[in-house]
Amino acid sequence: MTIAASRRRVLALGLAAPLMLLCRRAGATPEAMAAAIEAFTGGGTPAESGITLDIPLLVENGNSVPITVSVESAMTEEDHVEEIAVFNEANPLPDVVRVRLTPRSSLGRFQTRIRLAGSQTIVAVARMSDGSLRRAAVSVIVTAPACRES
Amino acid sequence: MATAMVNIPETAAPGEIVEIKILISHPMETGFRPGMDGKLLPRDIIRSLRCEYDGETVFTAELHPAIAANPFFVFHLRADRSGEITLVWADEKGNEFRQSGQITVG
Amino acid sequence: MRGGAAALLLIAATMASGDERLSGTAFMSPETRAMQADDLANPGMFAVLEGARLWEETAGVSGRSCAGCHGDAAETMKGVAARYPAFDEASNAAVDLTARVNLCRTRHQDADPLPPEDPRLLALTTFIGHQSRGQKIEPDPDPRLQPWRELGARLFRTRMGQLNFSCANCHDDNAGRHLAGNPIPQGHATGYPIYRLEWQSMGSLQRRFRNCLVGVRAEPFAYGSREFIALELFLADRAAGMTIETPAVRP
Repeated sequence: MTIAASRRRVLALGLAAPLMLLCRRAGATPEAMAAAIEAFTGGGTPAESGITLDIPLLVENGNSVPITVSVESAMTEEDHVEEIAVFNEANPLPDVVRVRLTPRSSLGRFQTRIRLAGSQTIVAVARMSDGSLRRAAVSVIVTAPACRES
Repeated sequence: MATAMVNIPETAAPGEIVEIKILISHPMETGFRPGMDGKLLPRDIIRSLRCEYDGETVFTAELHPAIAANPFFVFHLRADRSGEITLVWADEKGNEFRQSGQITVG
Repeated sequence: MRGGAAALLLIAATMASGDERLSGTAFMSPETRAMQADDLANPGMFAVLEGARLWEETAGVSGRSCAGCHGDAAETMKGVAARYPAFDEASNAAVDLTARVNLCRTRHQDADPLPPEDPRLLALTTFIGHQSRGQKIEPDPDPRLQPWRELGARLFRTRMGQLNFSCANCHDDNAGRHLAGNPIPQGHATGYPIYRLEWQSMGSLQRRFRNCLVGVRAEPFAYGSREFIALELFLADRAAGMTIETPAVRP
């Protein structure tokens, strides 16, 4: 322990401040996210199973966060994942990405990298070919990157 | 600047599920970020991505500003015939980009 | 956590070899490590591709390209970045790879030097650095570099800024501990230029120095300054024998 606790706290605060400012400018809220999800589901109630949202619980940098959404499905003509939408509650906009799959996709799964303006809950919703819905939510902590410029 | 790096397998066994991977060189400017002069930088994002397999659309994505700079997507398709796999992506100004690869099944 | 366990394994493996130095890669999350390890997932590879294109492109009134003099970079540039900064006879000074590219432009291509952090300059230095990926850092032993070596070593231990920290305070004394939730790496510059998630773009080691200096509330040295070249040389000495990773991905 060569750095005194008090100084460390000051330093952590100083370094974290720019990110906090960024978060305050953000526009999406839990309510805005709920409204966006409502628009996607058309008011239907999603099952909380058969879908996995894989995202690091502790995010190193909110500028690039890997996510994988996997939906259990046979991916046949009769029974497949039609669309997957990802939402957030603290970025300027609640929508993140929407993906349409086909039986030929063969796996109800995709991977991408997203931006997160601060710690928040991310929600993935899948719509199946029979109109049923599935939902997964994960809360993640986004740490402030140390030593930013200006 | 190279516009994308794409991984399309060159060969597959009939019925094999293959992984398609694309990394697009693009800043994905959100429109919410101030530039050096304090004014917001204009929004400039890739808005859509789709994958065509022998003319059949098998995957589409609608991107929002919350997609990280240099968009990266991984997805799958079942290969059952030889043909061209094409990835097509477009920005909001209507510019469309594409990259293709031939897959040989057998 | 998976990440923690993997990092510990890496640390254990390295300690077993008797070398306790670790690249920044060892301090990253498994996700960011995977991004660096797969060339098709690493945005730094765009700079490599662009650099390869610029290598062949003519510049300045000379109409010469890098390839016109140096030929196939895969052969002629292999190991070059591992030996920089180096001593430049004509200017009687230490130069880093960035300065060398600009010296080539002004002396041999009759072209204007590229400004600091220009995407073309980063692309060329990333491309050249990439030719040494997997090789060991082998600093230039030229005795005329001694004043830069000494200045760099001194600067690394000099407290600076309103927070009054030296490089060593964080990267020697507190490496592996956390700052604002993130692990403090040992500060070995093994993968520059890097694709930094924070920048969402490529950047040089000097840009990273400037971030550190702003972090401790110090006035950053200028791009290309004697101080930065000296620090780069000291870091090369400090990381001698470590493996080059260019283009690295860092948070």
